[in-house]
Amino acid sequence: MSRDLSRRTKLVLYGVLLVLAIPFVFPTWWMVTSSLKPVADIFAFPPQLLPTNPRFDAYQRVFELQPFGQQYLNSLYIALVVTVGTMAVSALAGYAFARIRFRGQNVLFLVVLAGLLIPSEVTIVPLFQMFFKLGLVNTHWPLILVPIFGAPSVLATFIMRQFFISLPGELEEAARVDGLGRFATFWRIALPLSRPALGAVAIFTFLHSWNLYLEPIVFLSSPEKFTLPQALTQFVDAYGGPMWDVQMAAASMTALPVLVVFVIAQKQFVEGLAHTGLKG
Amino acid sequence: MTQTDTRVGSAAAGPAPGPARPFWTSRRRDQLTGFVFIAPQLLGSAVFVILPLILVLWYSLHEWNVLAGTFDFVGTDNYTALADDPNLGAVLRATGLFSVGLVVLNLGLALLLAVLLNQRLRGTIVFRTLFFSPVVVSLVAWTIVWGFLLQDNGGINGLLDTIGVDGPNWLRGESTAMVSVIVVQVFKNVGLNMVLFLAALQGVPAELYEAAEVDGASRMRQFWRITVPLISPTILLTSIITVVGSLQVFAQIAVLTQGGPGTSTTVLVYYLYQQAFQFHHFGYGATLSILLFVIVLALTVLQWQMRKRWVFHES
Repeated sequence: MSRDLSRRTKLVLYGVLLVLAIPFVFPTWWMVTSSLKPVADIFAFPPQLLPTNPRFDAYQRVFELQPFGQQYLNSLYIALVVTVGTMAVSALAGYAFARIRFRGQNVLFLVVLAGLLIPSEVTIVPLFQMFFKLGLVNTHWPLILVPIFGAPSVLATFIMRQFFISLPGELEEAARVDGLGRFATFWRIALPLSRPALGAVAIFTFLHSWNLYLEPIVFLSSPEKFTLPQALTQFVDAYGGPMWDVQMAAASMTALPVLVVFVIAQKQFVEGLAHTGLKG
Repeated sequence: MTQTDTRVGSAAAGPAPGPARPFWTSRRRDQLTGFVFIAPQLLGSAVFVILPLILVLWYSLHEWNVLAGTFDFVGTDNYTALADDPNLGAVLRATGLFSVGLVVLNLGLALLLAVLLNQRLRGTIVFRTLFFSPVVVSLVAWTIVWGFLLQDNGGINGLLDTIGVDGPNWLRGESTAMVSVIVVQVFKNVGLNMVLFLAALQGVPAELYEAAEVDGASRMRQFWRITVPLISPTILLTSIITVVGSLQVFAQIAVLTQGGPGTSTTVLVYYLYQQAFQFHHFGYGATLSILLFVIVLALTVLQWQMRKRWVFHES
């Protein structure tokens, strides 16, 4: 498909790409600009693509109406713990399934893979009961433990296994000659080589945890325990109507930092996910 | 983990002195190491995936009133109730419409974007970044912004007004609500499938197109006869990921429509949530979970079966 194109074709293609980009870019633009508008201007007609009198009032009110700083920290630390935990669990299991021969390997791999067919939406009722009996409802434990061991980590294990299988067989031999045991081989040789796959696992695990919504609203009930997605929906007036300027300010603060990281590291994001991530 | 070294271990680790074989043969060591390495994943799966799946089946056989504290075995009563549930038709219809609409639009748009980005053009990386960017935007933030845009007096109708079109109240009409929810989800995640397709397109050998060109095949014909068959494994993979993902949709519904208007956007997971966590019908919620599980299972098996017939090229 990659052939040289005439100038006219190129212009047409650029036009098509620009039009197609609108629904991907406009929402983020509208979110940020609306958060800077006074309420009266938010539904102004014709729509203001740039705020005429920008102000930061809404940002201040986000923190007055909710313990937003605490909620931000909650989301951040949960996502980080889940990411590191998933990387550890999936790298170990992926390495063993790929490089170590042991009895029951194939059957156990299938048992683990079955987790892919059992999303946490299916098991949310018993999970709630289990954590309720343990007294862990309205704590962050369910949001940490279930993703580290449930369906998302199964996908991570699968990705790590596919990666470790692709490493050359001389790896273990060379390590053995150097007198390394299994764990040292894994830790010092295989793991550093697996950076691209680990990176992909880290990115999608972080995003998955950062986006969780059903689990927080099922398990958490006090505002200082809330995570960001849950907090974003709480900015409503006395009649239950959304306070749009405040919601847009909170949404901007949630979305922009991750977007900035993405733009800086977009090559790792996109290629990590495309090549090591889901191709299998 | 087990660092005993067989080369020097015959004397140290052997169970008996003399020429007897050492206990820690490399095979036994591998057996133990393998188990230790997979133990966290295996135990975690057992506790947080397999056990809850067994429990959900068990709960579905019980009438469970949380408020009264009763938990009575009722056999298949919940399943009979499910078959008689007047909402079931609407819920399955909404679930099916959402999944089909999402898969068709998502895969179609993803393939179109990938083909466009695969042309020899400068600056495609910028467009790739733009198309991919919603993937990293927090799901609820993205949904809230779209909810804001889709208000009757919101940004989309504002833009439509400027070109003289009177837009509908998107989230309050039965068909426009479903379309809105699907479209919001398509733009959120189409970038993922797009990059998977782009990687697949780049793997198609250029000679094939050159040969087709010589034979006088049109671009369209080349696309259907060369590109589509060669990237069919990726089409299958993305369709599986997208279908299974579409069955899990929840936040978008909860934020945008709360299942409404009426039951027009009440998909299965949202209905399950309402029954279990708003009406406290845990037994019935568990029954709906089983239904969801069976659907996910059936669709996945079906798609893997299709692979045998449909996928031309297996990489």
